[in-house]
Amino acid sequence: MLSKGLKRKREEEEEQQEEEALAVDTWWLDSDHPAVAPAPPAVASSSLFDLSVLKLHHSLRQSEPDLRHLVLVVNTLRRIQASMVPTAVLPPVPSLPAAPGMADNLLASSDAALSASMASLLEDLSHIEGLSQAPQPLAEEGPQGRPIGGPPPSLGSLDLLDPATGCLLDDGLEGLFEDIDTSMYDSDLWAPASEGLKPGPEGGPGEDAPELKETELDYLMDVLVGTQALERPPGPGR
Amino acid sequence: MPSHRVPSEADVISTVEFNHTGELLATGDKGGRVVVFQREPESKNAPHSQGEYDVYSTFQSHEPEFDYLKSLEIEEKINKIKWLPQQNAAHSLLSTNDKTIKLWKITERDKRPEGYNLKDEEGKLKDLSTVTSLQVPVLKPMDLMVEVSPRRVFANGHTYHINSISVNSDCETYMSADDLRINLWHLAITDRSFNIVDIKPANMEDLTEVITASEFHPHHCNLFVYSSSKGSLRLCDMRAAALCDKHSKLFEEPEDPSNRSFFSEIISSVSDVKFSHSGRYMLTRDYLTVKVWDLNMEARPIETYQVHDYLRSKLCSLYENDCIFDKFECAWNGSDSVIMTGAYNNFFRMFDRNTKRDVTLEASRESSKPRAVLKPRRVCVGGKRRRDDISVDSLDFTRKILHTAWHPAENIIAIAATNNLYIFQDKVNSEMH
Repeated sequence: MLSKGLKRKREEEEEQQEEEALAVDTWWLDSDHPAVAPAPPAVASSSLFDLSVLKLHHSLRQSEPDLRHLVLVVNTLRRIQASMVPTAVLPPVPSLPAAPGMADNLLASSDAALSASMASLLEDLSHIEGLSQAPQPLAEEGPQGRPIGGPPPSLGSLDLLDPATGCLLDDGLEGLFEDIDTSMYDSDLWAPASEGLKPGPEGGPGEDAPELKETELDYLMDVLVGTQALERPPGPGR
Repeated sequence: MPSHRVPSEADVISTVEFNHTGELLATGDKGGRVVVFQREPESKNAPHSQGEYDVYSTFQSHEPEFDYLKSLEIEEKINKIKWLPQQNAAHSLLSTNDKTIKLWKITERDKRPEGYNLKDEEGKLKDLSTVTSLQVPVLKPMDLMVEVSPRRVFANGHTYHINSISVNSDCETYMSADDLRINLWHLAITDRSFNIVDIKPANMEDLTEVITASEFHPHHCNLFVYSSSKGSLRLCDMRAAALCDKHSKLFEEPEDPSNRSFFSEIISSVSDVKFSHSGRYMLTRDYLTVKVWDLNMEARPIETYQVHDYLRSKLCSLYENDCIFDKFECAWNGSDSVIMTGAYNNFFRMFDRNTKRDVTLEASRESSKPRAVLKPRRVCVGGKRRRDDISVDSLDFTRKILHTAWHPAENIIAIAATNNLYIFQDKVNSEMH
């Protein structure tokens, strides 16, 4: 089932742009449409963006993500995001306070959060893989051995995409892992809540963090937090 | 292949491979089983079963494992099988799941010794007082027994999921590739491997490309190729450096601006790469095409064949239902004149490189009575529709032919359609052209 574009408050100009984008993108729903492929829309519709975000979530939720699927979805999402960001100058992304509310983080770093969450999860994957590689007898591994110690960038950003953490504001990060025995793991791996929730590298490689208007941030927050019932992320080691 | 059990997910065939003579055909499935078929010799006594394949051996290659440290299950699904060139009476093959490669030896026993002095017919020790004379045990014929034993287990070599294995022409080494690394193994040594390609970035957040397939050159034991999710091929020479991160040649076709879409990268991801038997060319499969590359020309493929271009206008739906991520394999015939690949609706396609003719055939019970001639199929995309044409919108995307194999010398093909194996033979033109 394809999700329809969400109605959101926008300036008239952007509404028109959105309608055009949606209009172009729903052509493929029409089964009577001739097989001649129309020119692909220059701007991705919000539904394609939503779909890609959903896929990214789904991929990240797997206990062992399919790396190829994940990388392809992320690259596609980046293309879509790049086409959606208006060229007009927007207010800069506010920097995060030290002990932020979850909502502020979502607003401020929605795009950075996507890259950062993917990045941090991949980093976590590599750290955890590094742990399991300890007894591995590999010869001539070369200088690029996997780092086992050291904190990954912002575990906190993992939580940003999880709507369930909205209700963990009171418990903080610790509440997430209450029922999971983390004694096997180096405690340095997990950034304590007091460190604050860093957004991670801005927008991923080669991209600037998009400067978004508050209305668009509202919408993105809805997408990331409110509209979809997402499960809690897997605990450490998954 | 008739299944007497209710077909389940475990029976889905995940790989098909002929051995070097074509006498044996191995399949692997999601349940970790390997089934080996043997071609019956053509005989005048049974003319109706000329050269057909019967089950030769079945064994459980991989079992599901649980990684307790990472709290995740390692699937037993067989991703790839590769036969070793036969060096004695036994047959050997490598089979791999996501993490572990195993070397299996298949031997035949058709004689057994009888007339032991110390044991009786059932193998129990005799009462020595009853032994009054010595006899020499004699080998007597028995019913053929096929025995399979695991000879090597190559474990702990891969952090990520293994997508390919390839035996070197030196018959001593082989390589295994996962999403980010390629390792070189010696067939006799299981406790270490050499890492020859590593594309893992220092920061995983910089990861934008993964390895999708790899293969050794059929004749030059120092050359191998690997493909990526961005549609590029890298030919590497192991003589140049221990770590082959720098390719000798990079094969990449520039993106066609008129066909550019948000899905351009996904559909350019190479799902399979195969050297031609001659070693002069490479065959690649991406989502919509198969391409032939000349090893001497890096700029673009020398031939491109459209497998199902009618899907180009459906990419968004195929992205939504994840079909756009399906990984199809491709195959050369023995003389490198015809290439084959699978598609949806249990269709598979063949392209004749010389005549430029192509055909679409279907692997299904309804259209494949034994010894029936396959009827070419056609997908219509609107406009005039002939009888028996299938419209694009009626294609069944759950029935897909991902795995195909071609006999090394004859026109015999093996097609895996979900949990069924189809073997088609071209009786009229048995020799390769």
